[in-house]
This record gives sequence, structure tokens and C-alpha cells, in this order.
Amino acid sequence: MHPALSIIFFTTASGAGYGLLVLLAWGALVGHLAPQFGLGLCAFATSLGLVGAGLLSSLGHLGHPERAWWALTQWRSSWLSREGVMAILTFLPALTFAGLWILDGTVSRPAAALAILGAAVTTICTAMIYASLKPVRAWRNLWTVPIYLVLALYTGALLMELLLNAFGLRGPFIPFLVAVAGIAGAILKTGYWAFLDGGRSSSTPETATGLGAIGNVKMLDPPNTEENYLLKEMGYRVARKHATRLRAIVLVLGFIVPIALSVLTLYVSPAAATLFSLVAVISGALGILAERWLFFAEAKHTVTLYYGASKA
Amino acid sequence: MTDLPKTPGSKKLGLVIDLDICVGCHACAVNCKEWNDGGHMAPLTDLDPYGKDVSGVWFNRVHSFEAGDHECGRTVHFPRSCLHCEAPDCVTVCPTGASYKREEDGIVLVNAETCIGCKLCSWACPYGAREFDEIDGVMKKCTLCIDRIYNETMDEVDRVPACVSTCPVSARHFGDLGDPESKVSKLVAARGGMDLMPELGYRPVNKYLPPRSAREQKAPPLRPSEEVAAKGFLAWLDRMLSR
Repeated sequence: MHPALSIIFFTTASGAGYGLLVLLAWGALVGHLAPQFGLGLCAFATSLGLVGAGLLSSLGHLGHPERAWWALTQWRSSWLSREGVMAILTFLPALTFAGLWILDGTVSRPAAALAILGAAVTTICTAMIYASLKPVRAWRNLWTVPIYLVLALYTGALLMELLLNAFGLRGPFIPFLVAVAGIAGAILKTGYWAFLDGGRSSSTPETATGLGAIGNVKMLDPPNTEENYLLKEMGYRVARKHATRLRAIVLVLGFIVPIALSVLTLYVSPAAATLFSLVAVISGALGILAERWLFFAEAKHTVTLYYGASKA
Repeated sequence: MTDLPKTPGSKKLGLVIDLDICVGCHACAVNCKEWNDGGHMAPLTDLDPYGKDVSGVWFNRVHSFEAGDHECGRTVHFPRSCLHCEAPDCVTVCPTGASYKREEDGIVLVNAETCIGCKLCSWACPYGAREFDEIDGVMKKCTLCIDRIYNETMDEVDRVPACVSTCPVSARHFGDLGDPESKVSKLVAARGGMDLMPELGYRPVNKYLPPRSAREQKAPPLRPSEEVAAKGFLAWLDRMLSR
């Protein structure tokens, strides 16, 4: 599948934003985070800014962005519509929680709880947009939703750690969470890649054409000599050797470096800890962007079976 | 609403495509493009039509496959278009309600006024039936020539999809596949009409008739010519010429 940059940015940025929102709300609910003006302003600007920027970016690939509000109408059948509705609904408790924290210095427990719920449900809806597509084996499987959830929490935790270090609120919990969520993310991605490499779609050129009773089916002539929409959108292929290298980049930049730096922040000076967590955020961002690029680029669509692919 | 009709009608209009007969001339694809360029979903825009990187929107594309290996292998021409599925995920994933399946005849259509061009429906279609129009910014697809089949200003014989009307070998048939007594349903029953990618569960309305097996063909299979012992005059001629 074509890796559209607007969608890669949307899914990663909104994931990180919701992850950070969940940690802020959780921290406030359990009493670990006292409402503090500076931290609140920076954290909510980062969190809701990332979510908002991601949503705006997702409008970027639409043919008619001015009609986007129509997308809120079909929540009964469409995960994309549910995602839009939930994203907007989540802003209500999130903005209430943020506003009271920043302006009033108080924690609204119902708003915090609803913000956690909204962030989790919205992230699940985002993942289900892909996990519900039957023609794409790389997406329609049991790995997609947990990976979106764990990576959202993980990237949110990396941001949280940077904010806490910057505001001198260092503690062991967030580095611990970064390590646990990061290791879980790396294990899930490794398992997902094994799933991807270890099987193929039940659809084949034989089932796609119905000609399997005669024998193996191979393409002789394509219907058109130039690329068409289907090949540009669904026929994107990433070279095998690049995919292998990019997976290594995901594991190193996305997980190993940020986890190591996060743990190290506990043993260095506050200034160094802030610097370490900043580098962890940048490294993690690059790694997770590569992860999401691969999520699209490695996914094969059954329509390619009509265009010479032997498996999907 | 992009919910599927709660009470789908018994009428299921669709196509039956005979892979035994199709000669791969692409006339159906060309006439489809011609008619629909001015039809319900018009225009079917082309990008860079006279340049090097030409591409454009088509509702119907004709592929050619080789099925079977070695002496069993045969060329099969394969027209591919929307199958107007009974369980079309392209409709249910639509966030705006622009994609819909008609209750009265099962035709799957796109409302170009409310389509936001998110392309998700084209991802949800395993068959590649939907193509995005980059100039109009909306998704386009086969309408089963809804502006022909109900068009009372046309002669009745012409009230079939453009692809069907133009096929020079009658490899394409149009009718109600929900009616077991219809000509197309009987054809499907007689010839073992099949679904494409049945494993995905989209339950296509359009059916494909498989190529007849080699046994049913009248002509004997071609074999390399063998030496046959000549008799009589030909044997004498053979001896004389072999000296």
C-alpha cells in the first residue's frame, strides 16, 4: 500500500498525543502529578497539539477536505467515521481536564477518567480502520490493534519523560513505563513481522480469477501499459533488503536507544537527564515513523493478484 | 447511510462474464469509458492523456492470464469490473454515506456530492473496482450503466450496460441474478458460474463462467506431426525421391 505521509504523521502523532494525555490523566488521578501551571501548559499543548495536528494532517489527503464533516455521519458502520466522532468527543473531557488544570490548578477526576477512556477508544478506532480491511492481510489480524495501543502509550511515555525532566520532576515510574511499554512494543513488532513473513493471504491468483481448476495462474498481459490508480495506491512495493534494514532501524532507533537513554536518565544529573530524554524522543520519533511507513509499505493488497503478484 | 439495506430486495442486477468466449478485444472497456465519460459518474478524467505518463479512470479493465502449465496451459482473457457484491465492504467503510447499495436492485453507487475522496473504499475492495478521480477529487466506479438500463428514451434492446451491448462475441450477459428463472441465472447454473475470491465473503453478484475443459472441445489437440508409413503411389514416390 502507498505510504501516504499525511496518514503516517496522523497515526503516529495522534497516537503519541493520546498516550501523553492518558499519562497526564492517570498521573493526576492517582495523585502523582499535582496541577502545575508550566508543566500543564507545555504538556497539554504538546498532547492536544499533536492530536489536533494529526487530525488536520489526515484531512490533507482528502479529495474534498471541505466536506470532511460528512465523515461524522456513518459511525454505525464505518471505523473511519467512528474514529472522527470519538476524536472530537474526546476533546470535550480533554479540554475540560486541561483547562481546569492550567487555569484553576485543580484536577477534574471525571474529566480525567473520560479523557483516558476517549483516548483509548479513539486509538482503537484508528487501528480498526486498518484491521477491518479484509483485502490486506498485513492489517487484518490480531496484531494491529495491540500495536497501535502499545506504541501510543510508549511514545506518550517518552514525551512525558522529557516534560518531567524539563520541569525537574524526575521519578522512576516513567522510565520504568518506557522500558515496559518499549519492550512490549518491540516484542509485538517482532512477532508481527514473523506473522507477515510466515504466511500469505488465502487469496491467490487462482481464487482471484476463479481459474484454479485449470492450474496455476500467471499474468500474461496487464490491461494497460502505464501505471493506473490501483497500482499507484495498492501496488506499492518496498524492496526486500530495504524492508530488512528498516526493520532494524525501527528496533534500534525506535526501541533500544530510547529505552536505554530513559533508564540512564535515573543515574545522571538533571540537565543531562533532560538532554537524554530529548534524544530519546527524537530517536523514538524517527523509529516509530519508520515503523508506520513499513506498516503501509509492506502491506499487500489482493488487487495486486490481478497484476502479476503471486501472493498477497 | 452506508449501512447495507436492512431488507435487500430480491432483485440483484449484475453481469455474467463468459471466460470461455472472451477474446480479449477490450471493446467492453472502451465502450464503457466512452459511455460513462458522459454518464452518471462523468467525466472519467484522464491525466496527461497525450503525454508520456498517461493514466485515467476506467470502470472496466481486461487482463490476460495463462491458466495451467505446459500443454495444459491456456490463455484466458479476463474482464474485471465492479461485482456489485451482496456484502460490499466498500460501502460499509464509507465514513460519509456517499457509497451506497441500492435496495431495489442491488447496484452499488457513489454519490459524488458527498464523497470526500478519502479512498478507504478502494482499499476495502479486494477486486480493484474503484478508481479515484484526481481531478474531481472523488471516487468513481461502475454504475452498471444505471443511466442506460432504466432509460426509457432508448430502444429496449439498448437498455443494457454499454459493455454488454458492445461485446462482439456475446461474452457478457446482463440480468437479474436474484431471479432463479432469469436467463442469466440459468446460464450460471448450467455452466457452473463462479464467484471471485469467495474466501473473503463479499458474495459478488456478478458471476464468471469458467472456460470449458479441454475434453468438451470438438477439435483434437494439436500434436507434433508424426512420420506415417506411406502406401501405394506415395510409397513409390517416397522411394524414388529418397534415392
